[in-house]
Amino acid sequence: MDDRGPCQKIEFSLNGQNVRIEPQTGERLSASLRDRLHAKDIKIGCDAGDCGACTILLDGHPVCSCLTMAQQAQHRRIETLSGLLQHDPKAKQLAKSFHDCGAAQCGICTPGMMVSALALLRRHHQSLDRQMVEEALAGVLCRCTGYQKITQAVLLASDEEKEEFAKPTTDIEGKKRTSPSTNGHITEIGQSVPRLDGEAKISGTEVYGADMVYPDWFSVLVIRSPYPRAGFELGDLEDFLHHNDGIEAVLTARDIPGENRFGVIPDFIDQPVFAETETRFRGEAIAAIVGRANIVSNFDIDLFPVTWKPLDAVQGFGSALGIQAQLVHAYLTDNEMCHGIVQRGDPEGAIERAEMIAEGEFQTSFVEHAYIEPEAGCARIKDGRLEIFSGTQAPVMNQESLARILAMDISDIRIVPAAVGGGFGSKLDLSVQPFLALATLKSGRPVQLVYSRTESMQSTTKRHPAQIKMRIGAMSDGKIAGLTYDGTFDTGAYASWGPTVVNRVPVHASGPYFVRDYRAKTRAVYTHCPPAGAFRGFGVPQSTIAQETLFEDLALSLNMDRLEFRIKNALKNGESTVCGQVFQRGVGIRDCLQSLAPAWREANRQVSQFNDGAIAAGLSLRHGTGVAGGWYGCGNTSLPNPSTIKAGITSAGTVVLHQGAVDIGQGSNTIIAQIFATAFGISIDQVSLVSGDTDTTPDAGKTSASRQTFVTGNAAKICGESLRLQVMRHCNLSPEAMIKPLPNGTLLIQERSDEFVLELHQMPVNEDGYVLFAEESYDPPTKPLDENGQGIPYAQYGFAAQMCEVEVDIQLGTVRVLQFTAAHDVGKAINPLLVEGQIEGGIAQGLGMALMEEYVPGRTENLHDYLVPTIGDVPPVRSIIVEVADDCGPFGAKGLGEHALIPTAPSILNAIRNACGARLTHIPATPSRVLEAIHALRHD
Amino acid sequence: MGYFAPETLHDALILATEGKVVSGGTDFFPSLKAGKTPQRIIDVSRVREICEITETPHGWRLGAGVSWSTIIRQPLPAYFDCLKESAATIGAAQIQNAATIGGNICNASPAADGVPPLLALDAKIELQSIDSTRMIPIGEFIYGSRKTKINQGELVTAILVPRITSNSGSSFVKLGSRKYLVISIAMVAAVIQASDGKIQDIRIAIGACSEVAIRMSQLESDLRGIEISRIDQFSLTKKHFTELSPIDDIRGSAAYRRNVVKEISLRAIRRAIPHG
Repeated sequence: MDDRGPCQKIEFSLNGQNVRIEPQTGERLSASLRDRLHAKDIKIGCDAGDCGACTILLDGHPVCSCLTMAQQAQHRRIETLSGLLQHDPKAKQLAKSFHDCGAAQCGICTPGMMVSALALLRRHHQSLDRQMVEEALAGVLCRCTGYQKITQAVLLASDEEKEEFAKPTTDIEGKKRTSPSTNGHITEIGQSVPRLDGEAKISGTEVYGADMVYPDWFSVLVIRSPYPRAGFELGDLEDFLHHNDGIEAVLTARDIPGENRFGVIPDFIDQPVFAETETRFRGEAIAAIVGRANIVSNFDIDLFPVTWKPLDAVQGFGSALGIQAQLVHAYLTDNEMCHGIVQRGDPEGAIERAEMIAEGEFQTSFVEHAYIEPEAGCARIKDGRLEIFSGTQAPVMNQESLARILAMDISDIRIVPAAVGGGFGSKLDLSVQPFLALATLKSGRPVQLVYSRTESMQSTTKRHPAQIKMRIGAMSDGKIAGLTYDGTFDTGAYASWGPTVVNRVPVHASGPYFVRDYRAKTRAVYTHCPPAGAFRGFGVPQSTIAQETLFEDLALSLNMDRLEFRIKNALKNGESTVCGQVFQRGVGIRDCLQSLAPAWREANRQVSQFNDGAIAAGLSLRHGTGVAGGWYGCGNTSLPNPSTIKAGITSAGTVVLHQGAVDIGQGSNTIIAQIFATAFGISIDQVSLVSGDTDTTPDAGKTSASRQTFVTGNAAKICGESLRLQVMRHCNLSPEAMIKPLPNGTLLIQERSDEFVLELHQMPVNEDGYVLFAEESYDPPTKPLDENGQGIPYAQYGFAAQMCEVEVDIQLGTVRVLQFTAAHDVGKAINPLLVEGQIEGGIAQGLGMALMEEYVPGRTENLHDYLVPTIGDVPPVRSIIVEVADDCGPFGAKGLGEHALIPTAPSILNAIRNACGARLTHIPATPSRVLEAIHALRHD
Repeated sequence: MGYFAPETLHDALILATEGKVVSGGTDFFPSLKAGKTPQRIIDVSRVREICEITETPHGWRLGAGVSWSTIIRQPLPAYFDCLKESAATIGAAQIQNAATIGGNICNASPAADGVPPLLALDAKIELQSIDSTRMIPIGEFIYGSRKTKINQGELVTAILVPRITSNSGSSFVKLGSRKYLVISIAMVAAVIQASDGKIQDIRIAIGACSEVAIRMSQLESDLRGIEISRIDQFSLTKKHFTELSPIDDIRGSAAYRRNVVKEISLRAIRRAIPHG
């Protein structure tokens, strides 16, 4: 009986081609397609059906290939993004609208999104509405875009298809987003140029860390602690190797040639690659096995020879402090890692003299970055040098850390950044890289390591939980009199970016407001929790929740309009920040807040109308409005953080930009090229881009602290200007002359009727192959902070104000955000499309932090227990781009990445309060907590 | 040893005497640990006899292998609305296209969205082995968290839903922390039969508030005979929900669940009132 024997070979159609494979029992179809059939356009985010990145069409229906038995493909038809793009004209239409709308940022969810959207577009021949798109894409998570541009792209594709169908000859160019002219001399700044790396993302050809393998490779699996704190003893590893065919090496702390330590802040390098005798958080590595892929990926970790001795662990603030507390690190006398302060004037006295005082205590949770791409990469030895291909936000920092761990010369380590499937701060730190390096060095073979979703969540950094006490005094006219702030941050087992949080928060805890008398103290404590590090805002989002809630208290107590109260206190040009820094130009918070006023008035009118109706009808729904401001200093706090950009022109006339600012989806590949092209004076499509690789691009610093547009952007501008100057030296024309690279190896330089032809092919070539060459650096002018935190921490701040409308179900405590209006002062929008993308994505993450995200080690280590917003949770966002030019920014531009999230959570919390009176001080504001707060009101 | 994909029920029953039975795979893979893959897998997704919805003299027979998408699309009487509504909240299209009703029942999660509607529909589970067939009410079939009365060698082959001849309506209310792809904090399914403007019969089941979803017998008996026009005057009280034993978990506190079941039950009842 044919169907009763075990299935061996199966046969099916993949993108129109018949294929045969012989999968193992229990093999996931996603694994068969990626590993056996090289369909790398299928992305793996969770292996649990939670993220939808691996969506394929099975006989035309979308399914998660990670949840499909390989053998279920037998005699069926499978389509993936790459096949759809080849065969389905609808797919080409959709790809174009994804590109034009900026619907792909990091691109890791894009194949899943597009395949799901195509199933919908194929079913419906008429125009779609938002609801239909939302339902069709509900199974795919995106962490970058906030879903707005994705929805827009699907709607656009459906409209265009319909129009083309009805009137095939109609020119549909007219209804598209204005795209820049692609020839001739134009200023590229301010144009919504679609991402230069967009095509690879929307075609599924982008190469992420898990998508590359070298020939003859081995696979690596990390063995991790199942306990928050445990002593351990390794068994007989020789014997283990002897009895496990296919496992070729075991790595432990003893295999580390250099220092078994890494970190990101020079005085706080405290995290071991492998724990030596005791683990300090659940998921900490103690060893790794290296061997044949099928053996390693099916290895049962219970068979690894280790004996655990669970120990009492410090979990949470309560057990971290006090004389009874267990020490997380024996070399310290207590669990405090470091502290920070900014103070000026007499805050206590000022609050005492104030006519109104607001105070409160606030608590936030660990928040997981939840990028859809778990950490992954591969490594090999090539020409005697170590080469690592992996997603990162900080290639040169990776290189430096590995040099220390491996006791190797930096020049012997090459970091080739893979495309990053979302970073948001966590991919600044090392993850897979040291394991890859040690594994390839020990085994002598190329190696690959791909984290599972669970190990990504267990072992990589989180947003710091915060416990904040704050007091603010105000005068009866609404002016802030004084402010005190005391924040404790849980940094987990190791420092990571904890010291940065501790330094940054006191500088920002006033919000973008004028506060004469001020004291903000912070400290970070160690616990036996995962290391907390960098996450979009470095502690500022947490402190903004406290500050903006107290501002709400004051505005309500003083019976002032809540927006007006904030405008009244907004920092102005010429006023001192809490660090004593005075900007004569560029303080745009007032402009941001004021630009919200019309929407604010209208929203408040609608809300009261709705609530009157709801109360009269006995409904349980209430609407509310909330507003909050935010600011964020771009670049490192009072520390040098230079970026270097180089560019050259080949003898063939190609203008090459070496752009090392890692694009993690935010768009630096495009932004930096726009700035360079403008400064040099050519069109962006005449720039050939060489992106991040420590061998070929100079150090553009890390992609964090909202610094790339500002810092690397300045380096690109100076570099472009310098290259232009060199060209102009060769001809006798004014600096305003136009440059045109011609395909015949010449540059045409024109000024009105005058022309000059620079014969590049006759010029001498330098060692990089360029006839003209420039390399320039920029480092923001800052000054150290003194013992009171006074100085110049940042050369530039960006400003933001956001308002939202929410709906609260007062019987259930559920909250739905209905609309966001976000005003962001970006100085000068280099690329408005990408600016909107950052704003919409930041709001989606802030919304998650406010309402649903809480990482609990051991309990929420997957994407069905740890919830991030789906397409149905993120409301439409109206972006208002405010341009108050900055003195230091390139063309006046300011950073934006982190600003987009900072005011989001407090504006939602203030809106909840406006809707139902509940003042939430513990986030996330889950239905449980909101209902509890509503019930508490009744008892008051 | 190996992977088997029988195409007839007869073959499936012979093979099912040993090994792990899998259909859509949507619960199988997420709980799979590396190195612990079952060595013998019986994939029943190709067994035609269990993949159909058919009308019988007594009601409806839903093959255990019917996917949630099929249930959503299939025209069914109004009393099935609770099941259709719950189907639409199970994951999203990707999951609904693969996951089956039989798998949801056999997985027996306390938060299984398919179970309260089947309780409210008074469904029976048909279990077959190579030499016997038996029926068990769903409320008995699942007797604990992840515990069912299936024996080795048996397959859940169908879910049998008795026909309701009187005017009926039904609804499902799910409470979660986000809009899609969410595991329920609590959920309610209600089926109401009405005649002469009165509730002739009502069945209400609540899930995710006890180890196993359960019917609210006290509430049902208090509502029986009530005039539909006066339903708003009916007051739900704590005593109607004493059978529940909610726990604190990451999705919500026990106290929260106790607080909201009244409200979501009320909403489910209102929405289940048949029209006309």
